[in-house]
Amino acid sequence: MRYETERTRRRGHADTATDTLARGLGIFSIALGIAEVVAPRALARALGMKGQEGLITGYGLREIATGIGILASKDPTPWIWGRVAGDGLDLATLATALERDNPNKRNVGIAMAAVAGVTALDVYCAQTLSRESPHPLPPLQDYSDRTGFPRGVEQARGAASDFEVPRDFRTPEALRPYTQPDLPQNPMPSM
Amino acid sequence: MRALVWHGTTDIRCDSVPDPEIEHPRDAIIKVTSCAICGSDLHLYDHFMPGMKSGDIMGHESMGEVVEVGAEAKGKLKVGDRVVIPFTIICGECDQCKRGNFSVCERTNRNGHIAAKAFGHATAGLFGYTHLTGGYPGGQAEYLRVPFADATHIKVPDGIPDEKLLFLSDIFPTGWQAAVQCDIQPTDTVAIWGAGPVGQMAIRSAILLGARQVVVIDRIPERLAMAEAGGAITINFDEESVVERLNELTNGKGPEKCIDAVGMEAHAAGTVDAMYDRVKQAAMMETDRPHVLREMAYVCRPAGTLSVPGVYGGLLDKIPFGAIMNKGLTIRTGQTHVNRWTDDLLRRIEEGQIDPSFVITHTVGLEEGPEMYKIFRDKQDGCVKVVLKP
Repeated sequence: MRYETERTRRRGHADTATDTLARGLGIFSIALGIAEVVAPRALARALGMKGQEGLITGYGLREIATGIGILASKDPTPWIWGRVAGDGLDLATLATALERDNPNKRNVGIAMAAVAGVTALDVYCAQTLSRESPHPLPPLQDYSDRTGFPRGVEQARGAASDFEVPRDFRTPEALRPYTQPDLPQNPMPSM
Repeated sequence: MRALVWHGTTDIRCDSVPDPEIEHPRDAIIKVTSCAICGSDLHLYDHFMPGMKSGDIMGHESMGEVVEVGAEAKGKLKVGDRVVIPFTIICGECDQCKRGNFSVCERTNRNGHIAAKAFGHATAGLFGYTHLTGGYPGGQAEYLRVPFADATHIKVPDGIPDEKLLFLSDIFPTGWQAAVQCDIQPTDTVAIWGAGPVGQMAIRSAILLGARQVVVIDRIPERLAMAEAGGAITINFDEESVVERLNELTNGKGPEKCIDAVGMEAHAAGTVDAMYDRVKQAAMMETDRPHVLREMAYVCRPAGTLSVPGVYGGLLDKIPFGAIMNKGLTIRTGQTHVNRWTDDLLRRIEEGQIDPSFVITHTVGLEEGPEMYKIFRDKQDGCVKVVLKP
């Protein structure tokens, strides 16, 4: 479902849950990218990919750019698809490190499993966005005049004060406050 | 006759079925002039409530004209009477009915032994609401057989449109009872989770009963606008923290009275407990998603009241009973004792204090019912309440 609310950034877009997921992926993208840019050597060592530090830094820059694109664009759909493509690239690169003589092959397997999990989220998010984005939102119905009170809200306040709450529905006497607080001077706060 | 028939999860069809007949001298048959889809019907549509069988006729909010009366109901009803049918079937004679606790009538649930196994004791028979509550055919149909009809009816006068009266069958007295359960004082803040039809009626009831302020929590803009029109302060839980905002509105003390008008299918995307419920429900390790109950217990002012008209079906996880116990909260809940309130509410409609038809957003023929279930479930097209005209 898609709704336009005051905080909705764009019309004709996915519901807030998908928006939230997209934003989460954007933040994750930037965080991962920073890690790759800041610590390419440590990553290369952990994965047994020495000599490929430059490639890891490049991938980090790609992640940061994609993340910014997701968070800053009016429509993150193409950027999320960009993440899906990047995931494929990451998986292909990691697969090259699955050589027999790589002592850190186990770490590469763990990394590939993690990337595969994120890829699944990326694909789900991208597909949902693609399905919903092309359809414009229906206009909001205006129910602002549906008070339900023929004489207006102010007349209705306390109009049923003649109603006597049945004994078995009352707060038991023992649980009532010893003293009732004074009634507020202004029965309604400013809205 | 035509009727909306349940065939399985999200599979409701407009079928031709045999006309109902008098089966017992206390029965009556009514020609349905208007009926409605209730939010609790969606629990059946999504099949979260157990006990449905393929072929069951849906619906428990109906009104119409009496066309046939059994011998033992003739003292109270006659052909041509205009009646609203309460969703609870009542005998009017048992211990509970005599106390006004109609929703736990001891005699009308013909499958009481099944309900007793699930709940410990039988509750009243309900129209179109699973075999746990009697397996009675419902009223989303051209005709309805009303068992115990001499007691199970609300006579209504001519000259008032169906739309103003139909909701005496369920949502108006349900919202009213939810508010009455709060024993509202003029100093009270009443917070209501859910701006669906029952939530909307609870808002109006709390206003009529003189609450100092009424706050409603939802995320659907149209529903929030309707709630605001009825005098409520609104919180969109997608956009702001419910707990923070409620504390802000109550000087940090929390609302004295909290109403759960949501029930077992709470949608609270993004919260950890909601995701937990989703997973457990999908793994069939939990029947209900009680996010609202948790939030109410947390935010309610100590010594306050939790009123729960929202429908729950089974087993709920991670209910913060420590908060409930240590804060001394009172929990009041139950299906609605419809007939206990309807004389008073009918008078208020006649006097113009309230017009419940404000909640109707869609009026369609019976054949469009199956599609409207989907639209209502998905809250599309600004749908708040659907009335069907058989």
